[in-house]
Amino acid sequence: MMTSKEKVAAVEKFAGQVVEVEGRSLWQDARRRFFTNKAAVVSLIILAIIAALSIFGPLLSPWNYADIDWSALSDISTLGRPSIANGHYFGTDPLGRDIFVRTMQGGQISLMVGILGSFVAVVIGTLYGATSGYLGGKVDSVMMRFLEILNSFPFMFFVIILMTVFGRNILLIFVAIGAVSWLDMARIVRGQTLSLKNKEYIEAAYACGVSTPKIISRHIVPNVLGVVIVYATLLVPNMILLESFISFLGLGVQEPMTSWGALISEGAPNMDVAVWQLAWPLGFLVVTLFCFNFLGDGLRDALDPKDR
Amino acid sequence: MFRFIVKRLLEAIPTLWALVTLSFFLMRFSPGSPFTSERGIPPAVLANLQAKYHMNEPLMNQYFHYLWDLLHGNLGYSFRFSDYTINQLIAQSFPISAEIGFWSFLVAISLGVLCGVFAALRQNSLLDYGVMTFANIGMVLPNFVIAPLCILFFSIKHHWLPAGGWNGGAWQYLIMPVIAMSTSYIAQIARITRGSMIETMHSNFIRTARAKGLPKARIIIRHALRPAMLPVVSYLGPAFVGIVTGSVVVDQFFGTGGIGQNFVNGALNRDYSLVMGVTILIGTLTILFNAIVDILYVFIDPKIRL
Repeated sequence: MMTSKEKVAAVEKFAGQVVEVEGRSLWQDARRRFFTNKAAVVSLIILAIIAALSIFGPLLSPWNYADIDWSALSDISTLGRPSIANGHYFGTDPLGRDIFVRTMQGGQISLMVGILGSFVAVVIGTLYGATSGYLGGKVDSVMMRFLEILNSFPFMFFVIILMTVFGRNILLIFVAIGAVSWLDMARIVRGQTLSLKNKEYIEAAYACGVSTPKIISRHIVPNVLGVVIVYATLLVPNMILLESFISFLGLGVQEPMTSWGALISEGAPNMDVAVWQLAWPLGFLVVTLFCFNFLGDGLRDALDPKDR
Repeated sequence: MFRFIVKRLLEAIPTLWALVTLSFFLMRFSPGSPFTSERGIPPAVLANLQAKYHMNEPLMNQYFHYLWDLLHGNLGYSFRFSDYTINQLIAQSFPISAEIGFWSFLVAISLGVLCGVFAALRQNSLLDYGVMTFANIGMVLPNFVIAPLCILFFSIKHHWLPAGGWNGGAWQYLIMPVIAMSTSYIAQIARITRGSMIETMHSNFIRTARAKGLPKARIIIRHALRPAMLPVVSYLGPAFVGIVTGSVVVDQFFGTGGIGQNFVNGALNRDYSLVMGVTILIGTLTILFNAIVDILYVFIDPKIRL
């Protein structure tokens, strides 16, 4: 006991001397690469601003997203114009509700659906893909066959059916969108897992008697995380688009709540008289999608430098 | 080769069956029936209606009834438009959607590949940046935004094109739907083509071809294009699904009366048989198309040997 304590002390002392040579982890490397990519960094900043605006923006306005400005209602195309004086910074919608606050509130929904939807997709896809790839053999071929069957379904139609059958419900949108988007993720993760599973450290873990679920969750999943993050970032804009598509069809969020897609579909018919009703939500949507795409590209270059 | 094609097509059958079964039970288990209305129907009439559509029988019987009819190519009667069978409704709207879809697909592939190849050959030139900027913009502009912008520009501002309608498919009525449907796919295909073309042009066999002194056009057409097309071919499946889905939006905006309009109306009216009919039709097309893409892939990819 005494000797081993001495040894520990010696090792600690030695470790104290070595520390000066600071190692750089792969993640730190990736971060450095990421921050040299101007487009990606700018996108990240813009996204942060949009997210902050969506959350705190409504506090800056005297209006609420459901309030109707009766004084502007008589003539939306002139009184509902964007102006600082009456507090409608972005103008009002056909019902006299403030577009600024509604765009911000819609942004909350759109961003939330985008991020949570891809989170659901990522979790299901990663676990499914890692399991399928790691177990291999018959299990793998059955799981992949199932994936192929699902893949040839016209899923958008199923989401629409789901929305009409079970009513409009924000939670259901997350689940429906996430549940139909994990297929590609699973395939990507499976491919990565196949190349990982013959590595020495997996073999070592197996030899130590680590259980299969634990090998998958502790050893496989962390090592495919880079690819997963990149793909998740690129998934977010698709989720936002999907949600706005559903909202556009009038099947998404419930009034008086709104989302960018719903705002666009309300604004589109009035664009020749009240262009601001379309322009603001559209602008926010397009800028956000742009930024997520650039961010994803930047992350891919940073995390996966050989994949170019 | 022949065996592979037959096998691939046979594999589509269980998928198709799963599709039919899933959509059948999803529709049947949904709350509300096509006969719920605000005024309410007398019970006797309701019973007659249900008997007419076999809805008073056990669920399993209904299911087999439906499958049996389906095998005879009969999609049943619409619950809402009492004078029409689903076959008639689809026969009316499908050719419209097929025509728009066909042109959108053609435009997306030809323009996308063309843009991608030229951008790749002149990498980092002004043309390349132009194509990539367009591709980035096209990718983030959803079709339900492009459609109203088109109407605003072509119809309201300049009066060049009619704002909607179909008119038997005259070309003026076709342009805007095709633009709205194909833009994002032109963008995607251009991006994919550019990426894979750049990669191919850097590979060893292209260097060999160049060293042999082949003319540039021949190198590109005979040697580079085929391997560079592989990722594009595997993107065709998703693109097809996207274009089919896009018809929902296009019908909404341009009032073309295609299959998407039927679907949305059917879903909103709980017209079970109409929704099922459209879903099954589109599912069948998707499954068939994926099979064709797989077969095409085998033809193009020299690495796959059967």
